Formats: sequence, structure tokens, C-alpha cells
Amino acid sequence: MLEPLQQPFMQRALLELALVGVAGGALGCWVVQYGFSYAAESLAHSIFPGLVLAAIAGVPLLLGATPAVLLAALAIAACARIAGVSREAAVAAVVTTAFGVGVLLALSPSSPPGIESLLFGDVFGATDADLLAAAGLLLVAGPALYLLHGRFLAVGFDASAARGLGVSPAATEAALLALLALGTVVAVQGLGNLLVVAVFVAPAASARQLSDRMVPMMAIAAAIAVTGAAAGLYLSYYAGTAGGASVALALVAAYPLSLLAGRLRTAVRVTAAREATIG
Amino acid sequence: MPGAPLIEASEFAAGYDGSAAIEGVELTLSAGQTLALLGPNGGGKTTLLRALLGQLRPLAGSLRVGTACALVPQTERSRLDYPVSALDVAAMGAIPRLPWWRRPGRRERADALRALERVGLGPLAGETFGELSGGQRQRTLIARALVQDAGLLLLDEPFSGLDRIGAEVLEALIGELASEGRGVVLATHDLEQARACDLVLCINRRQVAFGVPGPVLGDLRVLEATYGGAIVEIPGGGGRAILPPHHHHH
Repeated sequence: MLEPLQQPFMQRALLELALVGVAGGALGCWVVQYGFSYAAESLAHSIFPGLVLAAIAGVPLLLGATPAVLLAALAIAACARIAGVSREAAVAAVVTTAFGVGVLLALSPSSPPGIESLLFGDVFGATDADLLAAAGLLLVAGPALYLLHGRFLAVGFDASAARGLGVSPAATEAALLALLALGTVVAVQGLGNLLVVAVFVAPAASARQLSDRMVPMMAIAAAIAVTGAAAGLYLSYYAGTAGGASVALALVAAYPLSLLAGRLRTAVRVTAAREATIG
Repeated sequence: MPGAPLIEASEFAAGYDGSAAIEGVELTLSAGQTLALLGPNGGGKTTLLRALLGQLRPLAGSLRVGTACALVPQTERSRLDYPVSALDVAAMGAIPRLPWWRRPGRRERADALRALERVGLGPLAGETFGELSGGQRQRTLIARALVQDAGLLLLDEPFSGLDRIGAEVLEALIGELASEGRGVVLATHDLEQARACDLVLCINRRQVAFGVPGPVLGDLRVLEATYGGAIVEIPGGGGRAILPPHHHHH
């Protein structure tokens, strides 16, 4: 059982995914509560051209992903300002364009082999720089989530009333999206462009079934993310399946399980409440 | 005896992008008084509430609000599947006095619990907000306004969707808050609730009438100017009522 853990590449993969999982699971709870799951998916796809260019240039992926995510955010904001274009349509237009440009670049003769690792991740190839970036993500996202908790809670509850409390809904949502963008550019190394959204949405959606309060929900989501990452890595090790895909599968598989557990929890509560009223 | 003036408006107009959504407002509300704000949807009630909250600059005239002011919104505006307790919601009232890097902590939660006890919800502090009844949710939002330490409470359609008992509890609470010297403004469609207030302000894009409920609401011309044709005589001498408006969110 512990044998895979003696392999250095497994240790590094697990460390990378644990760091990303704790940050992504906790952050994901807000992403899901704010209805930003589509935005999370879009952000990931919109950085694809940046990843391809970084791969072609042979520089760390983070250097390509960061300007790409900023460019996409600006393009979405600009498109949404055109009269008659909804925000959703603007996101769809920008993301599809960006992804298309990425594919075009990826299929060009100058692109190096192994470009599919950008789509599906290369979790076993985590470098020291990747591990540092993942640790950096946790160091930024952790304190940010702690400090902004009250504001995130108030805006998600009722944005217009939050304005009456002196909290700007636009600035709060922008802060959440900025954290999400940061998480995406860091996590994309391990999970790839197509699967990275799994770490932000799946553990949070599962945790929602198991808790009615934000803080415990974030802790549960972080735990599910780390457990799912470990399960996926083991699956990959023994079954010889692709690393990123196995992890994404394990993260998503937690959802039906948590649905079942959530139902059970509600049933137990109802029974307890009924007994309390009778007794 | 009315206390110090909490609201003083003179020839006041407010709106958006330079065009007035409400104008000609001339009113005074003193500490301890309740004011019913009557008007059709789109008649400027929300604009006036936002102006009182200090979110809109006057386009003309002047508006002085002499105390901290808190909005108690309609509970349907908040998400009922949102993972917060009544205590979490009440504690949000502490946000304005905390620096941006502080979240409501132990002391703020103690304040919030006291406010919930004040509105009769102490035992339900740990309940999920969305699982409370409509009246309990409304009182939770009033508790949040109390945590804000507001001398003036703006209630937006507080009685809509409440059953009789919920409405009676809320009405009694509003009376108590006023007797403590707070001002209460309630936007409403209910003429009965308006009659129970100290003052009535009728608006329809401009001020139609302001004064004590008896004469103002007894004048059919005022009601017609406020609501257009949407007033009906209740058969059997039950007085007048306003046809329920179509509900929409702004």
C-alpha cells in the first residue's frame, strides 16, 4: 500500500496535488456558491494559447498562462460592454476564440511534441518550480480567504444589501475571480487545461451536500480534494491510466458518494427532529 | 412627543443619469416616528430608499439624514439555499464598522446574538437562514440593522408574504423600535399597515401627499394620483384597497 509512495515522482505528484487541492477545494466553495463554475471552466480554456506559446518557447507554463488569463479577462470585460452582448455570450466568444488560437498554435509544425500534456496535465512531471508555485498559491489564497470571508459571505447572500453595508459587490467578485485565475494558472500544470476545473468545482459541490456552513464546507472540500488526488494517483499507478485524468475522475466520483451521504444525513436529522418532538 | 429630526427633505429630487425618478419630496421625520411610504411599482420608492441610504446624490433640493441608516430588504432577495445561520446574517451588520481586513469576530457575534434576542430569535440563532419562516427571516434582517446601530430603519415591503401571526409580531416589534427613539420608514402596498403609522408619504414619481394617515388616506384624489386606477372599493363597506401589484425585482 505504501510502496507507490516510495517513488519520488509519486511523492512530488502527491505534494503538488495536496497543495493545489487544499487551496482549490476551499476556494471552490465560493466559486460554486457564486455560480462561477462556468467562469472557472472558461478561465482554464482561455489560457490555452498562453500555455502553447510557453511550451514552444520552452519557458515555465506560468509565464504563458498569466498574461493569457489577464488578456482573456480584459477581452471579456470589453466584449460585455458592447450593447446587446450579454456577459455569458462575451465569455463564450472570447473563450472559444482563445481556445481555437491555442489549437492552431499547437498543431503548427513549430510546436514541440507532447503538447497533449497541456490539455491533460503532467502531474508526474512536477518540477521544483511547480511545487513552489503550488505552495505560493496556498500562501496567497489561504490568508485572502480568511481576511475576505465576511465580505464574500455578505455579497453571496445579497449583493445589493451588501452595498448598504459598505461592501462593493463588484470588487468582491473581482477578488474572487482573481484568486480563481491565480489558482487556475498554478493548477493547470498538474491537471491540464481540460481537467483543471475539476479541482475547483467537484470537491466543493460534494462538500455542499455534507455541510450547511461555509467554513466546515471549505474544510471538507479541501479534504475531499486531497483524498481524491491520492486515490487518483494510486489508480494511475496500479492501473496505468493517465495521471491527471485519474485524479479528475476520482474527484468527480466523490460527488455521487457525497450525494448519498447527504441524503443519509438529512434522513437522520429528520428522524432525530421527529423523535425530539414526540419525546 | 417627537424627538430630534432624523430626516429633513426639501424640494428633494433624485434619480439616475441626471433624470429624476422621484422629485418634489418635502418631509420631516423625527426620532420615534414611523412613516409609511406608499406608491406604485416604479413610482420611486426604491430610489427614495437608496437616497436615504446615501447611495444617490440629490438632483435638486436637499436631503439631510441625521443618523445611521440601515436597509431591511425583502427577504426574497437573499438566497434561501445559502449556507448561513441567522447569527451569521445578523453579524454582517458589524461589517461597516470593521476595517476591511477584519471579519466579524467574537465580539461582533456577541452583538449579533443580543440583537437576535432583542427581536425574539435568540433560540434560533444557529438555524439556517433559509429554513426560518418569512417573518423570522424579516426579523433576522432587522437584527442585522440593529447590529449596524441604525437610528433609522428602512423596511422594504416587510409584510409581504407574512401570515397574520408573523405580521402581528413584526408590527409589535416595529412599535417597540420606534418607542426606543428610532425612526422607521416602511415601504408598503398595504393601506391598513400605512394607517397604523404616524405619518404617510404618497409618491408617484413625485410627492403626492405627506401627513398624518387619517386625512391623507381619506382623500380619494390622493389615492388616485398615487395609484392611478388600481384602487378598488371593498364590497360591504370594508374601505379601499390597492390591487396587488405585479411583483418584479429591480
